[in-house]
Amino acid sequence: MSDLIDIKVTVNGTLYERSVEPRMLLSDFIRFELGLGGTHVGCEHGVCGTCTILFDGKPQRSCITFAVQADGHTIETVESLGTPDKMSVLQQAFQEKHGAQCGFCTPGILMTMTAFLKDNPHPTEEEIREGIDGNLCRCTGYQNIIEAVKLAADNMASKS
Amino acid sequence: MKPASFEYYAPRSLSEALEQISQVGDDGGKILAGGQSLVPAMNFRMAQPTALVDLNRISELFYINPTDSGGLMIGAMTRDRVVELDENVKLRAPMIPECLHWMAHPTIRNRGTFGGALAHSDPAGQLPVVAAALQFNFKLQSKKAERWVNADEFFVSVYTTCLEADEILTAIEVPALGKHSGTSFQQVSRQSGESALVGIATLISLDEAGKIKDGRIAYMGVAEKPVMASAAMDMLMGNKPSDELIADAIKATVSSELDPGADIHASVEYRLHLAQALGVKAVKEAVARAAK
Repeated sequence: MSDLIDIKVTVNGTLYERSVEPRMLLSDFIRFELGLGGTHVGCEHGVCGTCTILFDGKPQRSCITFAVQADGHTIETVESLGTPDKMSVLQQAFQEKHGAQCGFCTPGILMTMTAFLKDNPHPTEEEIREGIDGNLCRCTGYQNIIEAVKLAADNMASKS
Repeated sequence: MKPASFEYYAPRSLSEALEQISQVGDDGGKILAGGQSLVPAMNFRMAQPTALVDLNRISELFYINPTDSGGLMIGAMTRDRVVELDENVKLRAPMIPECLHWMAHPTIRNRGTFGGALAHSDPAGQLPVVAAALQFNFKLQSKKAERWVNADEFFVSVYTTCLEADEILTAIEVPALGKHSGTSFQQVSRQSGESALVGIATLISLDEAGKIKDGRIAYMGVAEKPVMASAAMDMLMGNKPSDELIADAIKATVSSELDPGADIHASVEYRLHLAQALGVKAVKEAVARAAK
């Protein structure tokens, strides 16, 4: 085992200081060191997208990044979006349109599409489909997910 | 934990990184760029580097500079997504953003780097063929020396470049497109963001009379590294590009220069069919753009 390395990472606004092995994946760090189980782990080699988090505001795969690389950086996970009583506009739309389905891929899709809607608040359906093409849903029904993102975009537009 | 243990180095400067890789490179140490190919391989333990020198904190390797000659100089650690959206890149080398659009997904391109995708030398990768068609130059630095190599020298085989164990790819020069030049990138993959079954990068330059005076056509997915379509270029050179000539020229390459393998995704015949169809489409588009 190689030596432990001290890191400081801001996750969902809280600064955490931990000592980790270099080989610890960021996804495992988030789940096991910080106890934040919202970030799911599917394929563990960067294909399925369910472990997507925001790294300095940009969606990235936490299963193919090492925790030591997050030292000094800012991470947001699905827990940052809202609570059951106070969901984000996107989360509400997923509930309304039954976009979660089995729920396994949902955290990654929520993080990917939260950043997507920030960059592109008025997406076409084509752009939404392209936006989630890196996130696999094995319920194999993307229809509700796409409708949820559309509804969220509409709701955000009418709010502002 | 999934990956095997390794020593981790997080240098803040290039000179520090060159010193570290000179110490660990010969004993199985590797460079960590975006990690979007290396870390999956480590998770499977197909790759077990003894040490990683992480370049992510070296700010001097992140840049896109237009050059006086009309080309670009790109720092090896520049994120693919940044390259894809850069206005100078769109203007001076439009084939780069066109091919990056096909490369994995935006989430991967947010972390993946321009130098990393080239140094990975994936035979089904988009950037190596574009590098071969546009004749990128590669700056390789070690603690002792630096050298420049062109795309023909740089790509050696599957996942293999001419980089020595103590060298780092630090910059990529994209030469200027000449006057009356056009490019086209085409590929077919089974699903969005997947590796290409066959792909092609094409550069065509016309003279004042509209005859083809120069160009390069590079295929991906048909061999261990980019394949230059020399037979096709020989037939096209000096001629006005009619539809018939383009189809015949591509056929000359497809029937003699390509030797694709078969796998679960596509047969040899299907790959050759794609090579013909994509070749014609790419040359036609490059010619049309050159004529503008």
